[in-house]
Amino acid sequence: MFENFQTLILILDSTVRLSTPLLLACLAGLYSERSGIVDIGLEGKMLGAAFGAGAIAYLTGNAWLGLLGGIGVAILLALLHGYASITNRGNQIVSGVAINFLAIGLTALLGQSWFHQGGRTPPLPKGGRFQDIVLPGAEAVKDVPFLGPIYYELLSGHNILVYVAFAAVPLTWWVLFRTRFGLRLRAVGENPAAVDTAGISVILLRYRAVIICGILTGIAGSYLSIAQSSGFIKDMTAGKGYIALAALIFAKWKPVNAMFACLLFGFLDAIAIRLQGQALPLIGEVPVQFFQALPYILTVILLAGFIGKAIPPKASGVPYLKERT
Amino acid sequence: MTETAAIELRGVNKSFGAVHANKDIDLLVKKGTIHGIIGENGAGKSTLMSILYGFYQADSGSIHVDGVEVKISDSRQAIGLGIGMVHQHFMLVESFTVLENVILGAEGGARLADGTQRAREELYRLEQDYELKVDPDAIVGELAVGLQQRVEILKALFRGAEILILDEPTGVLTPSEADHLFKILNVLKDQGKTVLLITHKLREIMAITDEVSVMRRGEMVATRKTADTSMSELAELMVGRSVLLEVEKTPAQPKQTVLDVQNLRVTDSRGVRVVKDVSLQVKAGEIVGIAGVSGNGQSELLETLAGIRKADHGIITLAGNTLDLTKVSPDPAEIRGMGLGHVPEDRHRMGLINSFSEYENAILGYHQSEQYSNGWLLDRSAIKQEARDAIEKYDIRPPNPDLKTANFSGGNQQKIVLAREIERDPEVLLVGQPTRGVDIGAIEFIHKRLIELRDQGKGILLVSVELDEIRSLADRIIVMFDGAIVGEREPGADETELGLLMAGVEGERA
Repeated sequence: MFENFQTLILILDSTVRLSTPLLLACLAGLYSERSGIVDIGLEGKMLGAAFGAGAIAYLTGNAWLGLLGGIGVAILLALLHGYASITNRGNQIVSGVAINFLAIGLTALLGQSWFHQGGRTPPLPKGGRFQDIVLPGAEAVKDVPFLGPIYYELLSGHNILVYVAFAAVPLTWWVLFRTRFGLRLRAVGENPAAVDTAGISVILLRYRAVIICGILTGIAGSYLSIAQSSGFIKDMTAGKGYIALAALIFAKWKPVNAMFACLLFGFLDAIAIRLQGQALPLIGEVPVQFFQALPYILTVILLAGFIGKAIPPKASGVPYLKERT
Repeated sequence: MTETAAIELRGVNKSFGAVHANKDIDLLVKKGTIHGIIGENGAGKSTLMSILYGFYQADSGSIHVDGVEVKISDSRQAIGLGIGMVHQHFMLVESFTVLENVILGAEGGARLADGTQRAREELYRLEQDYELKVDPDAIVGELAVGLQQRVEILKALFRGAEILILDEPTGVLTPSEADHLFKILNVLKDQGKTVLLITHKLREIMAITDEVSVMRRGEMVATRKTADTSMSELAELMVGRSVLLEVEKTPAQPKQTVLDVQNLRVTDSRGVRVVKDVSLQVKAGEIVGIAGVSGNGQSELLETLAGIRKADHGIITLAGNTLDLTKVSPDPAEIRGMGLGHVPEDRHRMGLINSFSEYENAILGYHQSEQYSNGWLLDRSAIKQEARDAIEKYDIRPPNPDLKTANFSGGNQQKIVLAREIERDPEVLLVGQPTRGVDIGAIEFIHKRLIELRDQGKGILLVSVELDEIRSLADRIIVMFDGAIVGEREPGADETELGLLMAGVEGERA
């Protein structure tokens, strides 16, 4: 019994770690899509940011500078997406896919030519990586039954970006539903013409949303290369941007739902890792691929309408055209 | 009434590509008046108003507000100058509350909490002053269209509009809602506001405006004092020739029943029963008109009869064939094969594919017929030849079957659909909103064609939100409210009586 509890805590602990990049990317997508800009390029922005953060953290030995670098790269890619889809009213899916390919190719190319390690950055020096934070009193309560391990393992002992990600959930909710910016952001995703006729610039508003998306994907990517692991590895996002997008749909574009969706997907990932090579009673060994596919399967089921309807912001994906042609 | 100009336009020009939408427009709107602007669809009224509201920029010309020349390069500046606009297609966020819609753009602080209390009080004051009652916490998408329009007016007043532009405001309203709107407009005028009313309905101009300006093909052709002009003069100015406002027709000679609908019940995708036990008959040689405010089940009724929507219950007999609408999965082709033609309400959504050529659109839905095929391929020359014949017969302009239908005016698009459905020689024709967004000249043609079809012994079921159209075309009028038939009247019936039926208050009268 006790051993099972310990195992559960460990799985939940890694759930939190694995959900963090999903959650950051999911919230990033939420800002973008709530403003009417579909962003399939979350993956590419994360990857670019992971590389930028890894490279700069290695060169400077400073995790914070690495984070800034990661955010910078993601914002640049976000602005590129904005320029294509807001200013030039291009197809948002095409632009997003292009950014994904750009990031895959460019990170590998630059990584190889700068560091000569097959596309990866060298291991980070001390200080180049975000360290885990032990919350006050964690050591003291460590041995208290049940609550002790929950506090010590689950809540304490994560790096700062984990706390940032989870703090971003209520903050996003507040921004979206309690501020002027949030009202306008939601409005522009539903009916940009209403925003325009109210005398607010649709273009500026959408650029702001896209930049916020860049910042959050920047943190998500940096988390992968300079917090969760020590250095950038080629293709290290491994589809997390797409899972985040699935989580966003699963969450029906709502911040608190997004957190639960990401935790669920993170949990599946944690179980997959835990069960690798182990046989389950009755079922036998379950292929890891099954758990890796689960987020997508769940999303497809949701989209098929079994768990209620997921209605995207009405104007998402539609470029805003003021003058008729 | 003071004589200063609230708005003056001088020499305004605007082109979209090759289309010269506004040519040298001069306009003077006096302060504290209701000024009408009338013209056919595509005459350039909406473009002109969009320029005034900063939505489009004029290519040349000047705008003066209260005697001062101004530049309006976006809506924010227009709002700052005291210009408010109620658009034809409402500029509302449907998932928001009334209050959220009203404060959008004038929230009064970075935190929403800062301004909402003040906004609530202001809304309450506006409601009292102008008889504009709306629940501020209602979700806009759930409100009736008339109420949504009030939200639009409130939005403008909330932002301090002194000049209110209304673009085709009554198209979606019941007669009584329209009357109420006119009352509101008169209150606004009494309080010193200036109202610009854009419409293509002559009766509205006569009923409410002080002055009226007429536009035709992008030009301002005349301005008259409403008291000094008449409907027929205005109609002539709009079209450029004299037009027949009344539909000429002989009494109907109804024969055998060609369409018999029994106990039709339909539920929509939200699970709401939208058609409730509707039974009706259409005889050969008569036009049955279904009157009602839009959204009371008429659209669903039409779509179900056309086989586009599935019914919960209902049997139709069409030219002798009986069909259980619940048993068959909806199959428009099968029903068409039984002798039914369908001119859908929304030609853009259901009637045409606007990126296709005219000749392709002319056979949509009938493209499987043998006459158009050449083995596996479409026989283009046969199709085009037929399209050319229809173009000539229905006076479709420009007479070019290769042109995309997007490039035809609303009236000509409607004629393309009408030609396609009528030329199949159906026993029964379902017609939805035949003249929505259609100019006067084309309306005259379409009405004449429908009467001709009736006189050839076909049955026509006509759905229209234009009560005038129903009254002038139909031989019997059925009124629908909330999915059910609430009454049947003769076409000569009193308009107020029909209006009350449409509003669902028949009990008090009958």
